[in-house]
Amino acid sequence: MTTQYEAVVGLEVHAVMETQSKMFCDCPVVDSTHHEPNVAVCPVCAGMPGMLPVLNKAAVEFALRVALALHCEINSTSIFARKSYFYPDLPKGFQISQYEQPLAVNGWLRIPTESGELRVGIRRVHLEEDTGKLTHLGEDGDRRTLVDLNRSGVPLLEIVTEPDLHTVEAVRNCAYALRSIMRYLEVNSGNLEKGLLRIEPNISIRERGSQALSTRVEIKNLNSFRSLERALEFELARQAELVDAGGAVQQQTLGWDDVRGSTQAQRSKEVAEDYRYFPEPDLPPLVVDDKWVREIEADLPELPQEKRKRFVEMVGLSDYDAGLLVAERSVAEFFDAALGAIHKADAKMLANWITGPLFELLNKDGYSIESLPFGPEPFAELVDMVASGEINASSARSVLSEMAANGKKPKELVQARGLAQISSETDIGELAERVIQKNSQQVADYVAGKDEVLNWFFGQAMLASQGKANPTLLRQALRVQLDAARAQKEAS
Amino acid sequence: MALSKKDVDHIAHLARLHLSDAEKARFRKQLSDILAHVDALQSLDTTDVPAMSGAIFEGSRLREDIAGDAMPREDLLRNAPDRENNQFRVPPVLD
Amino acid sequence: MAELHELDLRQAIEGLKQGDFSSRELTAAFLQRIEQLDGALQAFLHVAGEQALTQADQADKQRGENREAPPLLGVPLAVKDVLAVADMPATAGSRILEGFLPSYTATSVQRLLDAGMLVLGKTNTDEFAMGSSTENSAYFTTHNPWDLERVPGGSSGGSAAAVAGGLAPIALGTDTGGSVRQPAALSGVSGLRPTYGRNSRYGLIAFGSSLDCVGVLGRSVADIAILQNVMAGRDPKDASTSDRPVETAVLQKKADLKGLTIGVPNEYFIAGVQPAVEAAVRAAIQALADMGAAVREISLPHTEYALPVYYILAPAEASANLARFDGVRYGLRVKDADVIEMFKRTRGEGFGPEVKRRIMIGTYALSAGYYDTYYGQAQKVRTLIQRDFEAAFEQVDLIAGPTTPTTAFRIGEHSDDPLEMYLQDVFTLPSSLAGIPGISVPVGFDEGGLPIGMQLFAPHFAETKLLQAAHAYQMTTDWHLKRPSV
Repeated sequence: MTTQYEAVVGLEVHAVMETQSKMFCDCPVVDSTHHEPNVAVCPVCAGMPGMLPVLNKAAVEFALRVALALHCEINSTSIFARKSYFYPDLPKGFQISQYEQPLAVNGWLRIPTESGELRVGIRRVHLEEDTGKLTHLGEDGDRRTLVDLNRSGVPLLEIVTEPDLHTVEAVRNCAYALRSIMRYLEVNSGNLEKGLLRIEPNISIRERGSQALSTRVEIKNLNSFRSLERALEFELARQAELVDAGGAVQQQTLGWDDVRGSTQAQRSKEVAEDYRYFPEPDLPPLVVDDKWVREIEADLPELPQEKRKRFVEMVGLSDYDAGLLVAERSVAEFFDAALGAIHKADAKMLANWITGPLFELLNKDGYSIESLPFGPEPFAELVDMVASGEINASSARSVLSEMAANGKKPKELVQARGLAQISSETDIGELAERVIQKNSQQVADYVAGKDEVLNWFFGQAMLASQGKANPTLLRQALRVQLDAARAQKEAS
Repeated sequence: MALSKKDVDHIAHLARLHLSDAEKARFRKQLSDILAHVDALQSLDTTDVPAMSGAIFEGSRLREDIAGDAMPREDLLRNAPDRENNQFRVPPVLD
Repeated sequence: MAELHELDLRQAIEGLKQGDFSSRELTAAFLQRIEQLDGALQAFLHVAGEQALTQADQADKQRGENREAPPLLGVPLAVKDVLAVADMPATAGSRILEGFLPSYTATSVQRLLDAGMLVLGKTNTDEFAMGSSTENSAYFTTHNPWDLERVPGGSSGGSAAAVAGGLAPIALGTDTGGSVRQPAALSGVSGLRPTYGRNSRYGLIAFGSSLDCVGVLGRSVADIAILQNVMAGRDPKDASTSDRPVETAVLQKKADLKGLTIGVPNEYFIAGVQPAVEAAVRAAIQALADMGAAVREISLPHTEYALPVYYILAPAEASANLARFDGVRYGLRVKDADVIEMFKRTRGEGFGPEVKRRIMIGTYALSAGYYDTYYGQAQKVRTLIQRDFEAAFEQVDLIAGPTTPTTAFRIGEHSDDPLEMYLQDVFTLPSSLAGIPGISVPVGFDEGGLPIGMQLFAPHFAETKLLQAAHAYQMTTDWHLKRPSV
């Protein structure tokens, strides 16, 4: 997009709330991407005649957690409304949602951007129910659609941001931040691929510097953060090109086609849809008393942005490291607990051991930090052993793998495998001497002025010690002895 | 308020009702009559009157989040006009 | 001794308890009566003869084994076909639900089954309870036992005719704008609409959700009270049911209404009320005064607005409630290659004219640009109507007036003009909108021998007071004991 235009983007986010039972009936919430069809359905969520909704308390509580985390004003009375439209995945012919008086309004969150922190407004947070799942089969005359209602009535949270986002980076970071908050609050696992989290940007462009509102386009079908970025870039370019050519952007909903890498018009028939919202007569108003709100507020965990700030300001980490640590609540909590347990290592070193070797291990073996057979204390102990020189870094990495495999304490593993670092100056001196004596040619090279041969000796000696030699002491001993050989030569 | 033919078409589409031309003509007149009768409401000043919904409010009636049993799948599907692979089968959505 | 089908509910309960007859004998007597007369009356859409007899046998067996039998063990009941009974067809009088077999039972019915009752069958109704005559049933029109050329009223016309004709000792109906009380009046039986939220709506095929109530049609107020006491109370499956403790209506032994003030609204005695109806209702009010009640005139100034309010709100709610009938999961499907066209054709052919008319009105009233003018304004005027009653109940305990402006009309008489048909409900709509309880009791006959009904209203949840006053009236009069000769 040319620099002449500015992007104006807001997000509409739908998150499945991972409660035990559905929004308005007690059917279990199951993973509809791989469950047998129509096994988690009852007359209520199948929209059978005479059935009535009864609201799930946990769904309200989950939504309140998010609304409070997003600094929203909570409406003490909110109203459910029927949103009417016909589609085979919508059993009642209307979706129970919130319209005129949503659960919460007027919030904000701060997100990091290259040009500093950005405050993004939250327009509303409300509750609604999910639809069933359609599978389209066959070709030509054999085309048909199958309806599975396992997902029908699953509780959804809708978050609508203000159009405060003006770069692709900001959109991405906002989406990440919302996802991260919901994961922290244990409301939603953040899985875009399975559709548990659906991020739908509304996008328009305007002349840079203008405050005018332009026609927006909504994009659906984004199954990954990568798709979100690609779709944004594509759509911004498309709109700029269109306007440059003297055209006008049409208000519409587009679907992102990941394979083609472009947006496609969706539901052309529904252009003039009129949802005929009215208050749901089967549900009393949702009254949220102050006491309940205060209780939920008091139980809110420290949120990622606050944690990040604390890690930078109080713990002394770089913003980058802090960002890596807070992305997952479990990681941040692991760091916090380990921080309380270290004696010799410092916070920076601990952070590096988490974002380095530990993340590598998790990625390689597909572990989550919660599923590791060891907790933050043994990990702190391991890092402390490195800090004090009891073991070296490469031994520590192999101890870490073993800890992950069998859950044993680092001290035990170090002892059992004899990994304790050789730190006695006498032993190190003897080791250096042995290696130097065996390799007269390389000694000659060093004496002749090739300083880099020192590294070769270091490698040989480390190998000979099975990696246990204290590297600093070893390097020092080698240098002293080789320099002595050089001095001797020069003197003769 | 009299309805136009276009109004009737639009409402029938919103309500997904297939109506014959005769039905449309009849409804156009009957609905216009009913709406004319209903227009009596416009004469009342309701500026400070709150909207009423049905019940007497006694609380939000929240349900504890405890999963119960789903219905047997055969009970769900036994009324289906058409089914395939334990799902309801419908014609495709054509654009 | 009277024939078994002539017994009222209390006599049936007592006879079963004393062993004068078995549940099988009683049930068979009603089934035989249905067999004989329903060809002419057409009160039932579905008769569950075998199921009923099986249950009667079980009831008899249980009574033989167990001295502590549930209170209504083995007593037959007719159920309006908008209430679901598991594994019994539920059509709501509509083609669109032909063949639908629910797997669940409405809570109101379930509580009666739990108390020992058995279901004789499902009674005819105007399609989705939209109507005042049963002429809107997609299947057939029920005939009034007092005059087979006339309607029994509606929409619970099948239940009213079944009770009036002695085809069932008692029946359930539903009342959205008057659908229990109006057919009770036209068919010469008693009919109760309880406070909105007193009885569960779970399993009631919804018409106007903020108005729908399950009610009872019976031969006497005392019979009705027995069922209402069992059905009432909070249901966790219906968020609109009340937590208030259920007062078991204990009916007094003496017809004494001293200390009670009855209001008579001017707006219910207007031009258009048949003179015989006015005369009979005034005489009945005098009878209440004779029992010691103070009677005074009152005003319910927004009465005339009830009809327009109702004909916005109920259709608006119905337009959404009936959106689920789309041919996907149950009921009728009219085939088409495109799913949207399948919806339209299924709904176009599956719904009858009155239902389509109301869906159209309701859809229009909620559509973009018209919501505030119609739905919004109607909800506000509804508040004014409710306030009328609140103000009146500061001065009086109960309100009395005619249930309907006229006695039963001829089949086909109003079927061309929907507005004329809607006028049947002018006196039942205001209290429906206010959510207060009402009861209709027989108070005489017109010159043609057609029954006349008077209704009494009470404040929210004052069913006991309502039933007691109506019962007192029946202690001193015998209009409710008159039976048609069919």
